[in-house]
Amino acid sequence: MATTPKPEALVRSIDHKPPRTDWMDVPLEIKPGRYCYSANPENLEYVGFPFARKFDPLDEDWQLPENWQEIFLQGMRERLDRFRTFKIFMDICVRCGACADKCHYFIGSGDPKNMPVLRAELLRSIYRGEFTKSGKILGRFAGARKLTAATLKELWYYLFQCSECRRCSVFCPYGIDTAEVTIMGRELINLLGLNIDWIQAPVANCYRTGNHLGIQPHAFKEMLEFFCDDIEEITGIKPEPSFNKKGADILFITPSGDVFADPGTYTCMGYLMLFHYLKEEYGLEVTWSTYASEGGNFGFFTSHEMMKRLNSKMYAEAKRLGVKWILGGECGHMWRVIHQYMDTMNGPADFLEEPVNPITGTKFENAASTKMVHLCEFTADLIKHGKLPLDKSRNENKIFTFHDSCNPSRGMGLLEEPRYIINHTANNFYEMPEGTVREQTFCCGGGAGLNAGENEELRMMGGFPRANAVKHVHEKNKVNMLGCICAIDRAVLPNLMGYWVPEVDVTGIHEMVGNALILPGEQERETDLRMEPLPGKEEE
Amino acid sequence: MKAIYSLFLVFALVLVALLGAGACGWHYLFGVIVPYAAVALFVVGFILKVIDWGRSPVPFRIPTTCGQEASLPWIKANKVDNPTTLWGVIVRMFFEVVLFRSLFRNTKMELKDGPKLTYASSKWLWLFALIFHYSFLVIFVRHMRFFTEPVPFVFQWLDTLDSLLQVGVPTLFLTDVAIVAAATYLFVRRIVVPQMRYISQAADYFPLFLILGIAISGIMMRYFVKTDIVNVKVLTMGLVTFNPQVPPEVGTIFYVHLFLVSVLLAYFPFSKLTHMGGVFMSPTRNLANNTRRVHHENPWNYPVKVHTYEAYEDEFREKMVEAGLPVEKPLEEQPAENKE
Repeated sequence: MATTPKPEALVRSIDHKPPRTDWMDVPLEIKPGRYCYSANPENLEYVGFPFARKFDPLDEDWQLPENWQEIFLQGMRERLDRFRTFKIFMDICVRCGACADKCHYFIGSGDPKNMPVLRAELLRSIYRGEFTKSGKILGRFAGARKLTAATLKELWYYLFQCSECRRCSVFCPYGIDTAEVTIMGRELINLLGLNIDWIQAPVANCYRTGNHLGIQPHAFKEMLEFFCDDIEEITGIKPEPSFNKKGADILFITPSGDVFADPGTYTCMGYLMLFHYLKEEYGLEVTWSTYASEGGNFGFFTSHEMMKRLNSKMYAEAKRLGVKWILGGECGHMWRVIHQYMDTMNGPADFLEEPVNPITGTKFENAASTKMVHLCEFTADLIKHGKLPLDKSRNENKIFTFHDSCNPSRGMGLLEEPRYIINHTANNFYEMPEGTVREQTFCCGGGAGLNAGENEELRMMGGFPRANAVKHVHEKNKVNMLGCICAIDRAVLPNLMGYWVPEVDVTGIHEMVGNALILPGEQERETDLRMEPLPGKEEE
Repeated sequence: MKAIYSLFLVFALVLVALLGAGACGWHYLFGVIVPYAAVALFVVGFILKVIDWGRSPVPFRIPTTCGQEASLPWIKANKVDNPTTLWGVIVRMFFEVVLFRSLFRNTKMELKDGPKLTYASSKWLWLFALIFHYSFLVIFVRHMRFFTEPVPFVFQWLDTLDSLLQVGVPTLFLTDVAIVAAATYLFVRRIVVPQMRYISQAADYFPLFLILGIAISGIMMRYFVKTDIVNVKVLTMGLVTFNPQVPPEVGTIFYVHLFLVSVLLAYFPFSKLTHMGGVFMSPTRNLANNTRRVHHENPWNYPVKVHTYEAYEDEFREKMVEAGLPVEKPLEEQPAENKE
């Protein structure tokens, strides 16, 4: 594994000036620290993906199947016929360059092939060379290339330096979405068994156990019960979550990362406390599923089909349990899939009811068809109707800012709900500068399955714009806590902050809710959910 | 190099017209056959392109959202940049197509000491793109006076408006200046900005030079080289009434102009210039963000292999029962070897 340079050295190495050589003549150099290891064959085989084999990207020979070009081009033809997006995005780019300096990987690495326009050109040039008459006749004059082992490798390398965040798509005058191009590209390399293990292992796990981390049902239950013990220690109240319970009102699904690793676990404790409160006060029964125990969907990073296969569990489980509707936890790409794909892929879910908050009577009309509500929408509605007693002072020792996750921002528009919750659970909240939040937010650097260990340097580069904006509010407003509503953020950002702005910690929004929420009959709390002293309780 | 090749290519095209229509006097070829062929290629090619795009379905509704979605009634939604309704989409598309909304957002990133990243608003590309496209449109519409008799009031009025400055004889058209300036800007930034230079293809320079060539030949005809405008109109009216005539005494410069326009038309459907149609059909812009609200159908949605709950329980039943998790089938009914 490559060692990541120190932040100062990394910044010094960023040169946004591309070489003078034509990009088609700049040979590919696969740099350690910027690529991920290939998928373990068993993880490919488990879900029936083809050409499972181990290969080293640094090797000359990737052991491609004999007719790989045929497979790739046939796959491309099929996708051009199936997706208007793909066809149009291959045809109409004018290379105006508006997207060039919008990509966090370009900003942080200076690698010109990380300019979204050029990353897409890697595939577009093959499209022209293999599918268009002008490209076939005029060749390079028309910006066309043939599909060769070299062009394939280059494409592969840069497909895994795109986190499908869609920031470039906001600025493109034609709405060309690099995420869509990357999605197609990854589907194509997947036909050749070229996926990475950081994506494929969660996919195989999720298919088998219901979640990315491979947590088996009994362990899933134990882990949540362990959090309940912690909650009891802090508040004197022990939530008793239900699992796989038939006839519950609501099925709750969140990324398994929240169950597994800090600081997501604190967010998870927040969920548990909220549901406990709603059950005690209003008799609302929320159940967790061990079968549909994953909100996220790494299948989305392999193919549309795999995404559908993994996503199917949500509706299947909701149907089996006979719940009224589904509630989803804090996660980014999970919500892109639920908001823009789920109903189309696996719906219509006519066995569920149109979601209504039974406590406030609010109809979630925006989820009328999919029947799945975002927890931030749900909680914001509860707070708005005065249904949650909140003690803001418990979050008083933190100064917050909020990182909009890519997918809820640009593939949904969930911007105000989390801010509303923050403002009702804490007093100290400062926004990062314009151009780095809301629809122009930056990726954490590890989205779309790129949160591996071996590509840490890439993640630190890609996360640089986000971290730099955090640093700005840290210096200006003394911000020391970065809020987010994404499990990948919660996994990636602590590492990123540790690298760029070590004084800032990371929290999910429902951890803030958990801290502020006053549970009936609770003892006087001494600590927050992290077992750190509450404001005014330090060293008494 | 790509820029120089493209420039030479446009020079070569000019030369072809000079030799063909000028030296060889093939007026019918350059005045009638080539323009007809070019228009046919343009119309057929462009229609086929759009049909080809239309043949591929839009399986998923995936707009890029740029503002608050319509969710809870008390949260103010951005109805244009994150539209929920058809009207919202129409307004969004109007801003996109007519005012280049997305380009208006453009920023320029800079890495300063500190290290500090800044993102300053940068409207130059937006401004010159807008000038370029609108000049082109006005010039196109102005030319309708060559294809109509009598010339409708609106075209005459546009002429007057465009020559508002009342400079020179014949009066200077503002759009002539504007399009040359804008196209020059678009070219220069491709050469001067290192990143632009890196991403630019011959296919980017060629249409710019071609359009500059058209503009310059047009300007020369109007202001510098004597061209018999009456005879030009005889020719253009002949073309448009399908009664082609080639009057004498039309200067060679006219044929150069016409030939370059023909090349542009013929080149159009096979190039990035199809963005003219594509911008209307881009699914990240022309769809409402209401996929959770309203069911969207994917025409090729097909059944997939899934891991069912039954198979899951079969594998983990023992552990589930032990952990006190409810199961569908009790443990004893399950033969131990029946595992997936």
